[in-house]
Amino acid sequence: MIWNAFAIAVREISRNLTRAFLTVLGIFIGVAAIITMVTLGQGATLAVKAQISSLGSNLLTLRPGAGFGSRSSSAGVSNFTEKDAEILGEQIAGIAAIAPVRTAGLSTIYRSNARISTITGSTPVYFQINKWNIADGRFFTAADVRAGSAVCVIGNTVRVELFGTENPVGASIRIGCASCEVIGLLATKGQAGMGDQDDTIIMPLSSLQRRLIGKTSEHSINQISISAEEGTESLGLISDITEVMRIRRNLHSNQDNDFNIFDTRQIAETLGSTTQLMTMLLAAVAGVSLLVGGIGIMNIMLVSVTERTREIGIRLAIGATAGEVLLQFLIEAVTLSCIGGLLGILLAFALCYSLAQVIQVPFNFNTQINLISFMFSAAVGVLFGYTPARRAARLNPIDALRHE
Amino acid sequence: MSAAPLITLSGLTKTYGQGDAAFQALKGIDLTIQKGEFVAIMGPSGSGKSTLMNVLGCLDTLTTGSYQYEGIAVEKLSTDQRSLLRRYALGFIFQGFNLLARTSSLENVELPLLYRGMSRKDRREKAVAALNSVGLTTKHNRTPGELSGGQQQRVAIARAIVTEPSTLFADEPTGNLDSVTTGDIMELLKRLNEDRGITVLMVTHDDHVATVAKRKVVIKDGLVESDITAPPP
Ligand SMILES: Nc1ncnc2c1ncn2[C@@H]1O[C@H](COP(=O)(O)OP(=O)(O)OP(=O)(O)O)[C@@H](O)[C@H]1O
Ligand SMILES: [Mg+2]
Repeated sequence: MIWNAFAIAVREISRNLTRAFLTVLGIFIGVAAIITMVTLGQGATLAVKAQISSLGSNLLTLRPGAGFGSRSSSAGVSNFTEKDAEILGEQIAGIAAIAPVRTAGLSTIYRSNARISTITGSTPVYFQINKWNIADGRFFTAADVRAGSAVCVIGNTVRVELFGTENPVGASIRIGCASCEVIGLLATKGQAGMGDQDDTIIMPLSSLQRRLIGKTSEHSINQISISAEEGTESLGLISDITEVMRIRRNLHSNQDNDFNIFDTRQIAETLGSTTQLMTMLLAAVAGVSLLVGGIGIMNIMLVSVTERTREIGIRLAIGATAGEVLLQFLIEAVTLSCIGGLLGILLAFALCYSLAQVIQVPFNFNTQINLISFMFSAAVGVLFGYTPARRAARLNPIDALRHE
Repeated sequence: MSAAPLITLSGLTKTYGQGDAAFQALKGIDLTIQKGEFVAIMGPSGSGKSTLMNVLGCLDTLTTGSYQYEGIAVEKLSTDQRSLLRRYALGFIFQGFNLLARTSSLENVELPLLYRGMSRKDRREKAVAALNSVGLTTKHNRTPGELSGGQQQRVAIARAIVTEPSTLFADEPTGNLDSVTTGDIMELLKRLNEDRGITVLMVTHDDHVATVAKRKVVIKDGLVESDITAPPP
């Protein structure tokens, strides 16, 4: 009997292809939309999280000036000294590593290739704090810092632009007006969201100061990078650092801070929850489109309800039982919505796969959302396809036949 | 006539609607029909002929009274049991054809056999034979929309007789046909009645058509007005 009903159902679908097509279309679009949006949204969340964790999870960055959102200008605010970094490291518990940093934008030249690069001068600990890995060659050492050697490590973007396919390690590049040996290539970190982290040249602080910019005063440090120990409360750490820095910078109690602390963990949490919120928003929008698809199906069913009621009347009149007729309609509805659901999943897969590459987020197949939307589409199809049939099959055959 | 009757109606009424809008279309019909009879049901338009046929064909339920088919009290059957009675014992030709749209003649005729669980090959054979026997030897793959009224009527007849029911209800089966085709169809019904012993109840307005039947029941205003059995020739 099931096989029989299935055969009838398939034949009925093929008899009215426009109706079948519209039904399938409604579910197809809804399912494709919801899966694509949720999958890409989650990809974006993952990308942001990966990006943040590549920055270093417990990273605090100290900069001169009042910081973001402040009205007071940072012009004229003095930089830090190397001594500041040293003292912070000694006095505050919970700091795992601390590195004084000086950055400068300078022209860099290798043979006929030239570009402006950001040069970072620091100590070897800087690599550890910022979670840099070496891809080729080596990091510079404390000995290089002491000696002020003319060495540097470069990020992948710099390598591509200056060296193309050449091996950079061992080559000599011109930075500003000095020549400098490339001793290492950094492993790439990627660039979604936070700007290109691989566009960097890192060299010993002493070399940068002496050879490239000429150290004019003690206050030559424009950034201090700090990594906190595992499990340290970052708010406590920030207030400890603030206290020490206020004393070192001779700020009176009525003066505002003339420095700011940037906390990656806080940023990570904010960004993480923002993208999650975006994903939920997208899912809601897609859910609405699935609902609209469902309403479309309902319309098609309602438009054809007279014809279908008469069909039910005819089937009942020639001896079908209500159960047989309903089974046929159920199979029809389930078949159409499953086809729509499967096609939707296929399209979503193709869309996610290609869009993920375009907008540079990782693509991961989310079984849960695929299942949920498939089930939902089946439910919608059954609800709207089967319910009108149920009412008709309860009628006397003659009443179903007379339906208008 | 000592055998138990095929159909026994006593005090059968049918009321459409409720309250003020209620209309009693059948007002107490008593009728007995034996197996193998050919009965013509006549009467003016609106007298309740179709209503009676629908109740007899188990397409509609009666309001009061009783209807026995082969000793079974039809009014006590469940919906599904009535479906099965229609499937295995009754054939119905509607006044308005009632064919499935967008469905070929052949498939329309095959449909009742499908519900009987007959194999594809047997279905096809029987359906083709039934269509041929009503004189529709071509256009088996046309849908109702592509057929003339008379051709649709024949498909409807073929669908009703393809199962070889024990009782055939025909509500104006020749209403849309020319006199030649009408003659053919009446001949066919007569053969089914005489050769296969199928009991036929037929509604008609045409006295000439009614002469095929040995018995003539006239309905007027929901009551049996006359019931005449022609003497055997
Ligand atoms: N579904 C219905 N609801 C209300 N009244 C109905 C319904 N069907 C039929 N009637 C009424 O019942 C009466 C009998 O109708 P029926 O169709 O049985 O007539 P008929 O004898 O078959 O007429 P015709 O020869 O024109 O086919 C008519 O007065 C009709 O208006
Ligand atoms: Mg009538």
